[in-house]
Amino acid sequence: MRHLLSIADLDRDEIERIMELADSFAEVGRRDIKKVPTLRGRTVVSLFYESSTRTSSSFELAVKRLSADLVSVKAAGSSVDKGESLRDTIATLSAYEPEAIVIRSPHAGAAQLVAQWTDAAVVNAGDGKHEHPSQALLDVYTLRERLGALDGKQVWIVGDVLHSRVARSTAQAFTKMGAAVTLCGPPPLIPRAAAEALGCAVTYDLSGLGEADVVYALRMQRERMAESFVPSLREYVANYQINERRLGARQLLMHPGPVNRGVELSDDVIEHPNSLITQQVRNGLFVRMAILYELLAGGERPRGAREQGAAEAAVSQPIGEPA
Amino acid sequence: MNEKVVLDRDDVRRTLVRIAHEIVENNRDAQALAIVGIHTRGAVLANRLHALVAELAGTEIPLGDLDISFYRDDLGERPTAPVVHASHLDFDPDDRTVVLVDDVLFTGRTVRAAIDALFDYGRPARVQLAVLADRGHRELPIRPDYVGKNLPTARGERVFVRLEEIDGVDEVAIADAAEPVLTGGGKAPR
Repeated sequence: MRHLLSIADLDRDEIERIMELADSFAEVGRRDIKKVPTLRGRTVVSLFYESSTRTSSSFELAVKRLSADLVSVKAAGSSVDKGESLRDTIATLSAYEPEAIVIRSPHAGAAQLVAQWTDAAVVNAGDGKHEHPSQALLDVYTLRERLGALDGKQVWIVGDVLHSRVARSTAQAFTKMGAAVTLCGPPPLIPRAAAEALGCAVTYDLSGLGEADVVYALRMQRERMAESFVPSLREYVANYQINERRLGARQLLMHPGPVNRGVELSDDVIEHPNSLITQQVRNGLFVRMAILYELLAGGERPRGAREQGAAEAAVSQPIGEPA
Repeated sequence: MNEKVVLDRDDVRRTLVRIAHEIVENNRDAQALAIVGIHTRGAVLANRLHALVAELAGTEIPLGDLDISFYRDDLGERPTAPVVHASHLDFDPDDRTVVLVDDVLFTGRTVRAAIDALFDYGRPARVQLAVLADRGHRELPIRPDYVGKNLPTARGERVFVRLEEIDGVDEVAIADAAEPVLTGGGKAPR
């Protein structure tokens, strides 16, 4: 794996490999010392053009737990405020010779562009309405931890699918792992063609929710109300809110956060024993460590040694397979 | 095939029994012992040694296994990231004598990595090292406390430890560098 840009790029074997790595990092998380020296001497840039709590914090902690050095740039308070273009920002940050760039952008395709401009491995931490692959991988990990395998499981993704990069990535990842995914929400928020392309079933009401093994609620983005995709918040709540009455005793509940309490989820289900929401956050750290390990631990030497001489010296004097 | 078997099934069994006796003899306080194998074949050997030592000592002894991938010194010089196995160390190593177990001792780099990994779980009182075969060519100041067999080898030769649980047979063999790798456990410079 050279970059992590989208779930569309991954096959089931690659996803499984990241899951197994994440298991090992979860074990590291249970040790006295939760940090490993694996990526010592490497540099990772974290570049967030959109607000984020859990994605940025878990990527940043993942970098630190792997002993790499972190340069963290938020759009607010940076030269981005002064009008610097993405390309110039990447050129500037490339001066630090980072081995990886983690980027969140409001524009679909931003991570893909960055990958063309830099030698670093690029991790898409969310690009507009396109994809959010690390979220999808942590969702697969969380379900796999609870269910063993996703094969044959019914997953309902409920809410604003149209504007959700999480839905796009997570639906693909669940499908690749053998689950059957149904998209449910108000008709203007369910992109029919996209659903077909993803191999998902579509429904516009919760009447069949009982068949779901897993209910994955999406954040209802309040700003969409103003764009009149849904008639009113009250009507959305009445028709699509997941609450204790609608969530069955054996159904698992997931949500990518942040939750609009009282909108897509009622207060009572958030802390429900079947809610995996806090596990999703906890697992995000281990899965992001696995992603960084997969991208950086193999392959070439750190960038600093790329000069011809150094590269040749490294090849001619291999450090033996430890025995 | 130009491969020489230097320890057969009975040799491996006898060797492990001897090492188990030496471990018990050197550690009067068996209560404070713990045995930890290094993945992959060291973990299998540790499992066997653990059974033998526990029986000889007549006491429960904690057993663990470690994967050292996260501690390697050659990351970034390999074409792909090493395969990582889950580690299991469910006891507190503080104040214990931990016997690390590996199949072949070669450069000493794996053992260095394993010691680093172990210390992230706690602070053992003492760390000892048991290996089935010592093939020489150390690159670090590391020496084993318990050795199954000393195998003088040329640097380019390969040493194969094959174990029933993984390879279907118990044996240790030496092969020329030119030999194709047939089954696992080969330890030679790349």
